Amino acid sequence: MSQRTRMSGNEAVAHAIRQVNPDVMPAFPITPSTEIPQFVASMIANGEIDTEFIPVESEHSSMSAAMGASAAGARAITATSSCGLALMWEVLYVAASSRLPIVMAVVNRGLTGPLNINAEHSDSMGARDSGWIQIYAENNQEAYDNFLQAHRIAEHKDVHLPVMICQDGFITSHAVENITLWDDEPIRKFIGEYEPEHYLLKEDESMAVGPYAVSNYCMEAKKAQAEAMKNARQVILDVAKEFEAVTGQHYGFFEEYKLEDAEYAVVAIGSVCGTVKDAIDVLREKGVKAGLLKIRVFRPFPAEEIAGALKHCRAIAIMDRAESYSGCGGPLGAEVGAVLYRGKAAAETVNIMYGLSGRDVRVQDMEGVFDKLQKLAAGEVSFPEYFYLGLRE
Amino acid sequence: MGQRAFNFREIQERQERLAPGHRMCAGCGGSIAVRNVLKALHPGDKAVVGNATGCLEVSTYMYPYTAYKDSYIHSAFENAGATLSGVETAYHVLKKKGKISSEYKFITFGGDGGTYDIGLQSLSGAMERGHDLVYVCYDNGAYMNTGIQRSSATPQFADTTTTPSGRVSNGKPQARKDLAAVMAAHNIPYVAQTTFIGNMKDLYVKSERAIYTPGPAFLNIMAPCPRGWRYETDDIIEICRLGVETCYWPLFEVAEGRWILNYKPKKKLPLEDFLKKQGRFKHLFVSGNEYLIEEFQQEVDRRWEELLKRCEA
Repeated sequence: MSQRTRMSGNEAVAHAIRQVNPDVMPAFPITPSTEIPQFVASMIANGEIDTEFIPVESEHSSMSAAMGASAAGARAITATSSCGLALMWEVLYVAASSRLPIVMAVVNRGLTGPLNINAEHSDSMGARDSGWIQIYAENNQEAYDNFLQAHRIAEHKDVHLPVMICQDGFITSHAVENITLWDDEPIRKFIGEYEPEHYLLKEDESMAVGPYAVSNYCMEAKKAQAEAMKNARQVILDVAKEFEAVTGQHYGFFEEYKLEDAEYAVVAIGSVCGTVKDAIDVLREKGVKAGLLKIRVFRPFPAEEIAGALKHCRAIAIMDRAESYSGCGGPLGAEVGAVLYRGKAAAETVNIMYGLSGRDVRVQDMEGVFDKLQKLAAGEVSFPEYFYLGLRE
Repeated sequence: MGQRAFNFREIQERQERLAPGHRMCAGCGGSIAVRNVLKALHPGDKAVVGNATGCLEVSTYMYPYTAYKDSYIHSAFENAGATLSGVETAYHVLKKKGKISSEYKFITFGGDGGTYDIGLQSLSGAMERGHDLVYVCYDNGAYMNTGIQRSSATPQFADTTTTPSGRVSNGKPQARKDLAAVMAAHNIPYVAQTTFIGNMKDLYVKSERAIYTPGPAFLNIMAPCPRGWRYETDDIIEICRLGVETCYWPLFEVAEGRWILNYKPKKKLPLEDFLKKQGRFKHLFVSGNEYLIEEFQQEVDRRWEELLKRCEA
């Protein structure tokens, strides 16, 4: 049923692509996602898959070609990072509003300014309002498993929205870790064939994609898209359940690590969660009730569920790997903060900016965060609305 | 699936693939271009039509109405080439996998803004990769959809809203980009330049050749805009004729690298015959500005001579 091996996050996603065997993949190289199209190109060159690779001249064209292929009735995927995602920006919105179930592997890297190639969430966080479903991974296994579930979610008739499968640049994409790969046959059965209802190349009907819509119609189109995003909530859970039946792996909107009785909680996304878990283990040994809420699904945002999972906590640190330059925190801080407010949570909160441009975060850094949370809950200290972790003094 | 003899009546009796009732202006060259290019599809052949954002898009696919009989896709302003290359690639995969059996042709339309300027990279990429599609530029020589701003296709000295003629300005300072030559430099199987002449035979023959030549093809069609060029709508055909007779807009094609001149005027008319019909060049006819017309004439002559050399070689 499965094979225990070791590989990088990029290899893991490429392995998922091999199992999906998509129809079309346009892509343009950008560090650290470049390896994904390289692996795919090799698989095509060796006859392992029958995907058509389009070596486009930019990421804008990559997303445009993916849109064309998807509208034509093909299963279309691509991969990118950072500025590549930024160059796609315009077309991300068009693809989502055209309700095209494109799947994109995003290997998170900071947007330029200064130029840097390392892990940060400013790329995909910037695209959070583009209408794409966003699912984040802590490690290579999750990047692989999330990618395998993506098409089922995107193509579901109640959803029809594109999906980003995100993993942290280098930390996850390039680090080689243990992984369990699922056998081709059951996983391909799980993924299934793509059979769209309407598409450009449907022989007995023609269709038009990408209208100009005046104010009389445009708002309804946006509402329908918002409803599809709401529908995605149940579909994501249903697909995860089916995936669990095939693989034994459990997935939900988020993972709770020792959160059930936690007084002090961290909310975070991505690879840092492994470090947070290690810090929690150390603190639990010392009797500190520390816990983690690791967000997997950021779009749709599981607001009520997050509020419910954190309601008993005394102090919460919301960790952002992306500046929003609002002067009062990052995107996760703003959204989780709003959720806690609406849920009438009594917890003290602090928003922490960490790991920007790949800045390392160690277990002791996270122990320090939990120490701050304890002092905050005890009323011994107060903090500014948000602060930077591990900043050079 | 080769070329068929030009039978005007048979072609005109073919089903319109761009239905009437769209919202393009009376006397618009863009809609004439689209109608006639699509008429070159052989009856019964399927097509997917692409489109860059522009007048054509906002006037022919205004939700919930589409003017296209064929499947149609619009994504954005600068990506018509890339978008259709995705459609064309999907077609090959789905065919290979036995999911579809019909033959499809792929034709995308962009104005000069979406083609010469913001969409040039996407177009170049699509042509270089060798997708089996036709990119048609309906060149009206400015960004007409946003209100007549200059493009790199705008002829020199034209009065546009971003190159207005004024007390110290003679209109657009630069001469137009020769996009057909740029496309020919991609060494694609077929490039042609045409406009609305006579009974549209030149446009038809080139469209058919572009559509039925395997591999990428590029058509550049001078498609006057009555609003931007400021002429009486009835005059469009005469303006096109003068564009050709003055050698401002030569009719040529580049097939498999061979340059072919399709029409050589017996007596080349002076450029001012073409210019004086258009309000955008009105300032050139003010006394004392004769030198501007002379300068423009020299540039037209230079390019015409260069084209003749290319076609003789």
